[in-house]
Amino acid sequence: MSDIEAIRAQLLGDIEAAADAGAVEALRVAALGKAGSITALLKTLGAMSPEERQAQGPAIHGLREAVTAALAARKEVLDAAALDIRLAAEAIDMTLPADASPRGSVHPVSQVMDELAEIFADMGFAVATGPEIEDDWRNFTALNIPETHPARAMHDTFYFPAQMNDAEGRAMLLRTHTSPVQIRTMMSQEPPIRIIAPGRVYRSDSDATHTPMFHQVEGLVIDRGIHMGHLKWTLETFLKAYFERDDIVLRLRPSYFPFTEPSAEVDVGYKQEKGRRIVGGNGDDEGHAWMELLGSGMVNRRVIANCGLDPDEWQGFAFGVGVDRLAMLKYGMDDLRAFFDGDLRWLAHYGFGALSVPTLSGGVSA
Amino acid sequence: MKITLDWLCDHLDGDFSVADVVATLNRIGHEVEGVENPAGKLAGFRVAKVLTAEKHPQADKLQVLTVDTGEGVLQVVCGAPNARAGLVGVLGLPGAVVPANGMELKVAAVRGVESNGMMCSTRELELGDDHDGIIELPADAPVGTPFADYAQANDPVVDISITPNRQDCMGVRGIARDLAAAGLGTLKPLDVPTIIGEGAPATEIATLDPEACPAFFGRTISGVTNGVAPEWMRRRLEAVGQRSISALVDISNYVMFDLGRPSHIYDRAKLTGALVARRAMDGETVTALNGKDYVLTDTMTVIADDREVHDIAGIMGGEHSGCSETTTDVLIEIAYFTPERIALTGQALGLSSDARSRFERGVDPAFLDDATAIVTAHILNICGGNPSTATRAGTPPAEVKTIDYDPALSATLGGIAIAPDRQKDILAALGFGVIEQGGRWQVSVPSWRRDMDGAPDVVEEVTRITGFDAIASAPLPRADGVAKPTATPEQLVERRLRRAAAAAGFDEAVTWSFISEADAAPFGGGAWSLANPISEDLKVMRPSLLPGLLAAAARNRNRGADSIRLFEIGRRYLADAEHPTLGVLMAGDKSARGWQAGKAAPFDAFDAKAAALALLEAAGAPADRLQVMEAVTGGNIWHPGRSATLRLGPKAVLAEFGALHPALTRAFDVDGPVMAVQIFLDAIPAKRASGPARAAFAPPALQSVRRDFAFLAATSLTAADLVRAIRGADKAAIVDARLFDRFAGQGVPEGQVSLAVEVELQPAEKSFTDAELKAIADKVVAAAAKAGATLRG
Repeated sequence: MSDIEAIRAQLLGDIEAAADAGAVEALRVAALGKAGSITALLKTLGAMSPEERQAQGPAIHGLREAVTAALAARKEVLDAAALDIRLAAEAIDMTLPADASPRGSVHPVSQVMDELAEIFADMGFAVATGPEIEDDWRNFTALNIPETHPARAMHDTFYFPAQMNDAEGRAMLLRTHTSPVQIRTMMSQEPPIRIIAPGRVYRSDSDATHTPMFHQVEGLVIDRGIHMGHLKWTLETFLKAYFERDDIVLRLRPSYFPFTEPSAEVDVGYKQEKGRRIVGGNGDDEGHAWMELLGSGMVNRRVIANCGLDPDEWQGFAFGVGVDRLAMLKYGMDDLRAFFDGDLRWLAHYGFGALSVPTLSGGVSA
Repeated sequence: MKITLDWLCDHLDGDFSVADVVATLNRIGHEVEGVENPAGKLAGFRVAKVLTAEKHPQADKLQVLTVDTGEGVLQVVCGAPNARAGLVGVLGLPGAVVPANGMELKVAAVRGVESNGMMCSTRELELGDDHDGIIELPADAPVGTPFADYAQANDPVVDISITPNRQDCMGVRGIARDLAAAGLGTLKPLDVPTIIGEGAPATEIATLDPEACPAFFGRTISGVTNGVAPEWMRRRLEAVGQRSISALVDISNYVMFDLGRPSHIYDRAKLTGALVARRAMDGETVTALNGKDYVLTDTMTVIADDREVHDIAGIMGGEHSGCSETTTDVLIEIAYFTPERIALTGQALGLSSDARSRFERGVDPAFLDDATAIVTAHILNICGGNPSTATRAGTPPAEVKTIDYDPALSATLGGIAIAPDRQKDILAALGFGVIEQGGRWQVSVPSWRRDMDGAPDVVEEVTRITGFDAIASAPLPRADGVAKPTATPEQLVERRLRRAAAAAGFDEAVTWSFISEADAAPFGGGAWSLANPISEDLKVMRPSLLPGLLAAAARNRNRGADSIRLFEIGRRYLADAEHPTLGVLMAGDKSARGWQAGKAAPFDAFDAKAAALALLEAAGAPADRLQVMEAVTGGNIWHPGRSATLRLGPKAVLAEFGALHPALTRAFDVDGPVMAVQIFLDAIPAKRASGPARAAFAPPALQSVRRDFAFLAATSLTAADLVRAIRGADKAAIVDARLFDRFAGQGVPEGQVSLAVEVELQPAEKSFTDAELKAIADKVVAAAAKAGATLRG
């Protein structure tokens, strides 16, 4: 065995046995440092004859490369082992809780109003608003409810004292329905009109199913040639989209509202399942029944005329429905009062995530 | 309005069930609220005859009966003293439920003797109070007949919600007419008796207020006996919820429920002189039949004699001129009152009655003479007596209304194409007349249909009788293309804010628009205070969203919530208008105690500031131009040193935020520091519409350079003023400046503070040279010095 072979064997053995980074470094210095054994061998090349160099050169360079590679390999192994040890020491119980970020929620009433806006936008309806502190002309008189009309007694109205009367001497009140928005829209906008008007309404009523404040959405279409068939289609289309069921069946019953003629109450078929009303199906079918859902009708000619429009040219329909009730029927709440309590537990349970934005492509109950 | 099936059959011929009646009523616009059959509770009770009665072997007071049930003989133990062989009574069979106590009868041993049912008392069947013994029926009562049939109790009661436009259906006959028009049976002619009176009425009547009481008809009857009304009349009245009082009162009520025609019967012995309809005098009083005293005004009409008021016209009679068992001479009043006047008087007095609800909706003005005859005939039949001739003061309005109608409207308005002949038939059945004039119809309205106003009402009549099920859905015409966006900028802002607040961890609450005066007081009180609040807690329209959120926070704290993050988007109601507002409230812990952080951390005023800025930005406010300025609101709403407003310029306040005043949070029972924000949505300037394209932009090629500066300044120098000064030092190079350290204490002179600012410089074409950097730094230091800050050495 030549010297070179002996040195190679020795060094590679030592490197393989090096226990830590320090030992590897010491071996590098011993072999490749200024006074290293391989460095010394390399220096001998200069004094050799060309023939000798031809023979010894590749062997010595081969030795240097082999040792350099072995040092790097060993260092990598040792570094990896050291990292493993460090990482093992850093182990932690990953079942420990992470900091919770607060979730936040959108109130069901707001969510349902967004759903309604989305559905009706597809049918060409804009969202209109109006003040909640209304005058009695827009809340009653313009809607064909004169002062002596018995229908005024049907609304338990909150009034403001006479000193709050407006400039025209009209009594101010909290709107009892969203219908005054019909009046405001017809007076400010040229037909054709398609609007919904969601918002807070007020009646002096309080029990398990009534709160003095609640939410309604009004719908109004004023155009040429509109009839009860359009009303029925619109309500069917809306309710099918809202409840996301094709088996919605409506029953229209003649009724009376001073602001519509003819007027219809609209029932929807449902069945009782596990103590809940599930909307859908024909109310006359086995196991089904009807529930009253909304009021509607063709806008009374007098109302159209009161708004300065020609009732011989324009006709249309209007409807009104409780938003809170729609929410309860779809999402299963059973206590209206809880809507207005702000109980965080209720909001967390019945509320909606910020990103659950109702869309037509993603479904309105996103 | 309740009717019974049997009563309905007085007016309606035909073969129909109560289910047919209910379905038809619902279909034609008379919503049925319920059906109850008194026979239901008598199921399982039947007429039975006692065959033998022996003493019970074990008990002195009991007997062992054998009873013929019509289908066999049963042994029954009975304790009634009147139980005896030969008695025909009422037997409850096993399975029957005793109406009075809900007990289900079973076969059981009574003191060792088997009993197969129970012989019943009147009280047990809720037919009366008698409990001294079992019911004794006539000996010829048919044994084995269900007792409900025998007692004629098998008469279903239908409760109908009559809409306010249909006074004509506030009587059984009107409902019968509608049902007949809808094809359910045939309306029987109304039997109007001919009364031959003798002599003029003993009491003169007159109307001195023809505007409110255009007609006052009547008649006197002498020699009546006011006993108990006949069984059939009492049964019907009680079935529809009207207590039987005496024959005369019952007759008046019966005619009202039967024909929708109120009347009043006065005891002539209590009258002095003529009876007239006149305006009340201001301050005049009357004690009404309900026992309450009413003070009248001169806008109200009364029926009065020479001495006093006997009737609040059309609403309620006076207590002391009503009929009693001693009444022998009566005056019948059949009047027509102007509906609007009745409504106003009723509203003013807060007094409702069956008469008012009919008069204010408008009774049939052509049905006075006939009504007088019908009431008279009932009195003569039941109470006897000698009638005078009828007398009439004034005349009821007799105008016949005619409506111009195009039969095509049933389709073009009502959505149902109905053949003109069919429409005519429907209208005729409802009492309308039709005259054709070249394709258009002149429809004459029957006197009892005051609600008919125009052609759409005729459409409603023909379509409702046809049934709204016949309406076929017709799609609304759809605009070409994809549905256009409809939301207004304000609606978009509100939607974005709501989602941004929820995404930031806040729960949306909806709280009352009205609050108590006390809760509104710190916020300057409410400009809008209800005249008739439902309670003192819900009295004034909120001037701020914070009281509602504080109250919600307090409720949540009481339920043990540790961390409360609430928001609400709603209106504040100020004297000038309603202002859309976002309120945010943070109370309790910002973060819970944890294994990493240790103790729970509370919210601080900068959490409120961060929320305010983030939400304003979400709302599209120009966040970089907002200035933090001192709070404006007075009173103890905000912590005086830890609250501020965010403004665009000195006047436009877009938001207020910070810590709430401890006095306020204490008043609402919320413990610990509470942070809040109010954002005034209507103060946020609308974004200019500029189309979807953004301004041109390419990221700078060169990296920005950061330099830190530390200054000493008086504590009165605000961070905002220093940073604004530095930003302005070299507007070309400085793109941002951010305060990252604030320190007072050791090493910093008393009254001063050390402020460290990181300045970001953006080179344009080529990198800054050292000389350029030095020049910019000098400008920064100079600008800071001008603001009152010196570079720390």
